[in-house]
Amino acid sequence: MTQWFSDTFPNVVYQGWTGDTGWWTSIVQTLYMTFWSAIFGGLLGLIFGIGLIITAPNGIAPNKWTFWIFDKVVSIFRAVPFIILLAFIAPFTKLVVGTQIGTTAALVPLALGVFPFYARQIQVALSEVDSGIVEAAQAVGASFWDIVFGVYLREGRSEIARVSTVTLISLIGLTAMAGAIGAGGLGNMAIAYGYNRFATDTTLVATLLVLIFVLVVQLIGDYLAKKLSHK
Amino acid sequence: MSNPIISLNHIDVTFYQKKRTIEAVKDVSIAINRGDVYGIVGYSGAGKSTLVRVINLLQEPTHGSVVVNDETFFQSDKKANKKTRITTNDLRNRRRKIGMIFQHFNLLNERTVTENVAFALKHSDLNAEQKKAKVAELLALVNLSDRAEQYPSQLSGGQKQRVSIARALANDPEILISDEATSALDPKTTNQILSLLKKLNEELGLTIVLITHEMQAVKEIANKVAVMQDGEIIERGSLLEIFAKPTQQLTKEFIETATNIDKAIATISAQPLVKNLHENELFIRLSYVGDTTDEPLIASLFRDFQVTANILYGNVEILQNTPVGSLLVILSGTDDQIKAAISTLADHHVEIEILKGGK
Ligand SMILES: Nc1ncnc2c1ncn2[C@@H]1O[C@H](COP(=O)(O)OP(=O)(O)O)[C@@H](O)[C@H]1O
Ligand SMILES: [Mg+2]
Repeated sequence: MTQWFSDTFPNVVYQGWTGDTGWWTSIVQTLYMTFWSAIFGGLLGLIFGIGLIITAPNGIAPNKWTFWIFDKVVSIFRAVPFIILLAFIAPFTKLVVGTQIGTTAALVPLALGVFPFYARQIQVALSEVDSGIVEAAQAVGASFWDIVFGVYLREGRSEIARVSTVTLISLIGLTAMAGAIGAGGLGNMAIAYGYNRFATDTTLVATLLVLIFVLVVQLIGDYLAKKLSHK
Repeated sequence: MSNPIISLNHIDVTFYQKKRTIEAVKDVSIAINRGDVYGIVGYSGAGKSTLVRVINLLQEPTHGSVVVNDETFFQSDKKANKKTRITTNDLRNRRRKIGMIFQHFNLLNERTVTENVAFALKHSDLNAEQKKAKVAELLALVNLSDRAEQYPSQLSGGQKQRVSIARALANDPEILISDEATSALDPKTTNQILSLLKKLNEELGLTIVLITHEMQAVKEIANKVAVMQDGEIIERGSLLEIFAKPTQQLTKEFIETATNIDKAIATISAQPLVKNLHENELFIRLSYVGDTTDEPLIASLFRDFQVTANILYGNVEILQNTPVGSLLVILSGTDDQIKAAISTLADHHVEIEILKGGK
């Protein structure tokens, strides 16, 4: 069995398990990048998404200018292709994490790359919360934060789970490009050690692993979205 | 009685949109007394919701003043172009004393029945133990104790509305605003909800503002009525006044939908008896309020004037313990006899509408 494996996938075995270019290392890098950029980009996206909802003309705290700013920032960041963002914000990245390359350095562009996407997704998810429910909450004297947390986020939680899944999956896609600044990860494995070296087996296995990640995220996301909905 | 519990003065609500402005409420003044069940009737788009949302400032008026419980919530001074309003914090506290229920219930879908009611108690002074007891008490009041742990989606429309009533009553409000609360319910459930509201009004002294496009609901429980059209109140008065002597066409329409008299007139007019009305016959509608019915008035017509009255249809409503009736009658007799009979009827405060003359 082992013999068969190393015969069929020689390059996969060659990469090794640990070490700078090992499989385990790549898996951890992908997980690390996905996790932390999901946390930071997610928080940022959540803040912008909520901001867009509450400062909108029909929101609970309408404010033309704040809405305009939220809206434009999100639109501008969304318009920049990720690979360009990666290069463009390098100086900023250095300022934040002290280096322009490596896995940690990739977190900054990844977070900034994913947040506008997530902000729009959250905006859509929360806009589905019935305005009548918000009004009923106001009528019983709910405060601003009661409505943000107790109504929007609570009522929208199943939709939020759904859009978070979509976002996480597209974020896994983005981590593949982070290889361009030496962040490693499975995407980099597939390109740098697989595709570029004509090591098809490496590309195949790396792709398969990414697919498994995506599938797991999708399954958990679907489960949560269903479990959290009582509509 | 002291001052009105709700007093809206010269309220204008204008929505400015890109292309047009919508005057949803135009110079409406209304005073609602403690213990009133005040019905506001009008077709969809008349401005009813906008008007009542002004009471708890869910909708800030463009002009006018809002006084609730002798406290000025909002006041605009047109000349000085100045608006004063109570603080956000005060407003939140006051809103807790003004319950509100809606056509589509507006319950929190992701919370159980208990949690929905408890949500309204979040800022109350009660401790956790007392809140629990309060929620249980409210659910018992609306007869939903056995549904406490269910989600709204598991409930029927009537049950959902009862949850929303429990939520609205959580902070022991003095006022309950009902915005088309029965419009999405079937007739039987509607009656259950209306009797619950009536009970709350009688037992807790709750002042109720009842918005609806169904005169039937108003007829069941209101003591005062205002009719709204195009942002204005076109007619108002006690329930009896409105039912007995409506002056506006729209009011008449609403009343007829509640009594089915229009249908009766149509059906009976098609009968041969009315179709082939004799020369000396008159097809009329009599409307009366109160004591008039106690007298055998119709019988006296023959005794005193030799006019026979053939009653084809009768409808008596008991509004606020007073009978309000409509009769469709064919009178026959000579011109003079009929004239005399009609004038006697009028003397007894019976409204007469001639539907068809035999001449
Ligand atoms: N927030 C709003 N913005 C613009 N127009 C509104 C708004 N709310 C209500 N209107 C308009 O005001 C009018 C009265 O509406 P509404 O008070 O809901 O009537 P009703 O409750 O009697 O059906 C309608 O023409 C409606 O379209
Ligand atoms: Mg309405």
